[in-house]
Amino acid sequence: MSVLDTAAGLSDSGLSDSGLSDSGAARATTGADKSVLQAATAPRVMVVWCPDWPVVAAVAAEELSIDDPVAVVAANEVLACSARARLDGVRRGMRRRDAVARCPELVCVEANEARDLRAFELVLSGLEQLVATVTPIRAGICAVPVPSRFYGGEPQAAAVIAEMLVEYGVWDCRVGIADGLFAAEQAARRPDAQSWFLVSPNGSARFLADLEIGALEDAELVSLLRRLGIRRLGEFAALSSRDVSTRFGRPGTWLHRLCRGEDFRVAAGRRPPIELTQRVAFEPPLETVEPIVFSTRQTADRFVAELARHGLVATSVTIEVHGDRGWRGVRTWGHPRWFGSADLVDRVYWQLQADPAPEPVGEVRLVPEAVESLGDHGDGLWGSATDDQVERGVARLQGMLGPEAVIAPTVQGGRGAVQRQTAVPWGERADGLRPRSLPWPGSIPPPAPTRVFPRPRPAVVLGHDDRPVAVSDRGLVVGEPTRFRPDPTGTLLGVQAWAGPWPIDELWWDPDGARQVARFQLVGVDGSAWLLLVEQGQWWTEARYD
Amino acid sequence: MAATPTIADLRQRVQRMQGAAVSRLLPVLPGLGQLIDLQTGMVCCLDSPGLAMSLMAGPSQAGEWTAVVGVPEFGFDAAFAFGVDLGRCVVVPEPGEHWLSVTAGLVEVATLVLIRPPAPVNEQQAARMIARLRQKDAALLVDCAQLGDRAWPRPQRRLSVIDNQWSGLGRGHGHLQGRRVRVRSRGGGVPDRTVDLWLPDQHLEVRLDYTGGGDHTGGGDYTGGRDHAGVDAFDGQVAG
Repeated sequence: MSVLDTAAGLSDSGLSDSGLSDSGAARATTGADKSVLQAATAPRVMVVWCPDWPVVAAVAAEELSIDDPVAVVAANEVLACSARARLDGVRRGMRRRDAVARCPELVCVEANEARDLRAFELVLSGLEQLVATVTPIRAGICAVPVPSRFYGGEPQAAAVIAEMLVEYGVWDCRVGIADGLFAAEQAARRPDAQSWFLVSPNGSARFLADLEIGALEDAELVSLLRRLGIRRLGEFAALSSRDVSTRFGRPGTWLHRLCRGEDFRVAAGRRPPIELTQRVAFEPPLETVEPIVFSTRQTADRFVAELARHGLVATSVTIEVHGDRGWRGVRTWGHPRWFGSADLVDRVYWQLQADPAPEPVGEVRLVPEAVESLGDHGDGLWGSATDDQVERGVARLQGMLGPEAVIAPTVQGGRGAVQRQTAVPWGERADGLRPRSLPWPGSIPPPAPTRVFPRPRPAVVLGHDDRPVAVSDRGLVVGEPTRFRPDPTGTLLGVQAWAGPWPIDELWWDPDGARQVARFQLVGVDGSAWLLLVEQGQWWTEARYD
Repeated sequence: MAATPTIADLRQRVQRMQGAAVSRLLPVLPGLGQLIDLQTGMVCCLDSPGLAMSLMAGPSQAGEWTAVVGVPEFGFDAAFAFGVDLGRCVVVPEPGEHWLSVTAGLVEVATLVLIRPPAPVNEQQAARMIARLRQKDAALLVDCAQLGDRAWPRPQRRLSVIDNQWSGLGRGHGHLQGRRVRVRSRGGGVPDRTVDLWLPDQHLEVRLDYTGGGDHTGGGDYTGGRDHAGVDAFDGQVAG
């Protein structure tokens, strides 16, 4: 164990050296006592570093092999690369084409910070099984307080954590332990994969002194210090703190203190996210809908109660139904107000009715998708009994007809009568509505038609010589409408008055969505008024003013 | 419920809670007051969706819930323009064979329900619905444009559009702006009435038409004369 040996050696020299540096740095004896006291109580910090984390996350997400040459690219520059790519000469900061020139079989993956963080979340939750508080620093690096007493020493604790990470599939992880976060982070860059490096208590300053000045992550200051002839952290630390603070200001002083090993930042710890998902497992698995729904009732109560305990309500919930042989039915439900337990039970019932499980159901999970503060949604002092009654009445209808059969009428912006309205299933939230305030050029002026046919009906419009009226590509009417048949089953009507065309050349840039239509208003001799539409020579009845 | 309940309202509410069938007057748009006294517990047949929307607008603006059953082509935009509060409107476009029980369910939550029966309703069903309407304090509008008078036996009121003229549209120019209708209101033990209405006028408002079948003021270009022989023929067509 060469690493342990070096660590032990360092600890010896660190102990003997720290006394020296203390007496050298501090003039007054009281000051020296204070710094020794502080150093003695400085918290030990363990930093876990997984090198090339973007590559590890990309490999996991894209199902590649870690042995392939892989590079994660951001803005055409290599952000991180795998060991194999590094062997072929790919370096960080290299341009993409240069990297591919050096290693033709290089797999380039676009950088995605969210993916990195998501993958690291697994490591964090794994670490949380072993230690109480985990402080994520970046994706790929995190700090934990050293659980040395529990595991019988710092090397043992590091070994346990490295073993756990390997178990999670993170092969390349390195652990550094030192006083203070900065020294521990630097220490973590020393050891080989799955190994650790210990800086002895009070040995941080000595350990840091030999490091390159580039370890400070302040490019401007580093370049200035290099030009001043300062190449190691130790040389920077040896400057008087007064000179540093007058020349480099507050950030410089802070880095100076870090280099002197006076870093008392504690691994503060993140709060593990609240677990709000509730699940109910059926043993043995259930086949029929009613017992499943009945058994979900208590879980739904618990779900709502647990949310309420945190002052929250769910406005959108995903219900996952797991079969015992791997089938999964997933659906996300919205609620115009918020889910009570009876609403949830209803949704489970509807979901199983609409999408029956092909195999016995082993588990139902309720996952909150959107939670909001209870304060925004609570009932007023005098209650809202009427609306509650409506919700319950409509829920009964939905149980009878299916959730999509009852709709909340909604209007939105658009050019055609059909586009100006939309049917939102009752209880769902209307998303992606077009704004009504925009001008919508080409739309028909009000009044709006009272009958809007969900599916346009084929129509016929004839001119003087009984030839169909057409609209040219340039939007000109060919022929004047004299007779028309708005209803496929009806008879031809004489035209009393007409206006048009309102031509619309929609989405011409999109070959799938492009439509070139023209709309007409026609009034028959019987006084009935219609909205017709012509598209590629075919007339359709879109709506009726009735 | 009205915004400020009076003693009479509260007394009615208490009576209703005790199970007595009490009807109350629903608010209607100003122009429609001459046409109909819309009360809870009544069934009204009509043949125009525009008329139905304007009747729904009054109670809806007063805070009542409304519902529409079996009218898949109900134009939300037009209903919104007539003044129906869509936030308090429940629509069941295709209730299928359960349309009567869906209507019964909606009567519990909404005060005014518009339905289009796919088949004529028999006496027994109508009697049960009337009882339910009285009990639940709601009114029913029946769209009988397709089935005619057979749709509902002996409704309290029957509204039919007997004349209908659009203004604003020429031959190849203009656009539909206003609609003047002559509505006949029959039944319910009160004398028949005929009312001329703008449904709606150029400003999208429903109001009485005082011009009484004279010249058109709607800025329209077509001048369709209103001869009463034509009206009668049209009326006969609806009735038959």
